[in-house]
Amino acid sequence: RGRANENICELSLVLNFNILSSQLLLLLSAMASDGGVSCLRRSEMMSVGIGGMDSPPLDVDEVHVLAVDDSLVDRIVIERLLRITSCKVTAVDSGWRALEFLGIDNENASAELDESSSFRQVPVVIMSSENVITRIDRCLEEGAEDFLLKPVKLADVKRLRNYLTRDVKLSNGNKRKLPEDSPPLTLSPDSPDSSPPPSTLSPDSSDSSSPPLSPVEIISSQLSSPIDDEDDDVLTSSPESSPSPVRRQKMRSPGLD
Amino acid sequence: MELVQMQKSLQDYTKSLFLDGVLDSQFLQLQQLQDESNPDFVSQVVTLFFQDSDRILNDLSLSLDQQVVDFKKVDPHVHQLKGSSSSIGAQRVKNACVVFRSFCEQQNVEGCHRCLQQVKKEYYLVKNRLETLFKLEQQIVASGGMIPAMELGF
Repeated sequence: RGRANENICELSLVLNFNILSSQLLLLLSAMASDGGVSCLRRSEMMSVGIGGMDSPPLDVDEVHVLAVDDSLVDRIVIERLLRITSCKVTAVDSGWRALEFLGIDNENASAELDESSSFRQVPVVIMSSENVITRIDRCLEEGAEDFLLKPVKLADVKRLRNYLTRDVKLSNGNKRKLPEDSPPLTLSPDSPDSSPPPSTLSPDSSDSSSPPLSPVEIISSQLSSPIDDEDDDVLTSSPESSPSPVRRQKMRSPGLD
Repeated sequence: MELVQMQKSLQDYTKSLFLDGVLDSQFLQLQQLQDESNPDFVSQVVTLFFQDSDRILNDLSLSLDQQVVDFKKVDPHVHQLKGSSSSIGAQRVKNACVVFRSFCEQQNVEGCHRCLQQVKKEYYLVKNRLETLFKLEQQIVASGGMIPAMELGF
């Protein structure tokens, strides 16, 4: 707590839970150190039921996004962006509330694996205004599905949604049980899906062989300290050109020391 | 004033805000999110931005007026303002915040005071301009007209 600068949130998030209907996406804004988000870190697999999602099975294309952002303005905008792209949205202002929504009992450190239920992974997408390539790479390497540079645009959200919908279709019927004694969390880099080249998050990407999605185990630690920020702030001049690639290039402005 | 004239005034006014760099393309993004189901989306978000910013600027003034400035408090505020101004397309406010943050990093009190003044200046400017813009829109709507879609060819 008390970090002067924002950091990409620490998150170690493996949510394997029983979803009957929508595909859930966790859209996580980098926020100042948030105890709730720190608690999204878990050292073991958890199986949780999602509160409030008892509705009857919906269209397989239905995507439900849990957006976490401490900025009210950004929450309103992201909510609208998502709704307009036909996503169901729940926007919360902190990691704590995200936990509440997900029904994860914070105090229950060792939840049991529900072996009889089917599991799905929750993709995590990070949003941040800081355009630092090393951080972005780190997020992606550590399992984030995607990285959106703020301010988020309609094209970004549309791309995200297309990608997710494709995922839902792929993962239908690919239900896996977790082994009884799961090893400590590590990245599973051998899944073709876990780290595609970020710029090819399109239906034509390399996953066309549709293997089952492996659990996305996302472990990250504190990323850089405040002083490490190089080029994190960008002076812009009007008007910007457009669509944001997944990976933004560092931009240098002559005026910035 | 005739409706057509009002609509033209609105377009010219909006265009000038972009050309002056007061607004950037993110504002256009917001406009894209406005439709019949959400006819006031832009003004709603912008109003929230104003409320948020008033509060932040107030906090910043207080923080910088302390005997010993706690930059750990100052920087997150600037960062927040930078974020929200960026989200609505208030480009000059955002840019002023970028400069502000670099002075925070240097723990330069004098510089921060200057930056705060600059941020305030840009903020009041965009606030003023947007309030004018919304008034123009309201006049058009009150006269039974439609808000013309923003042309992007400039």
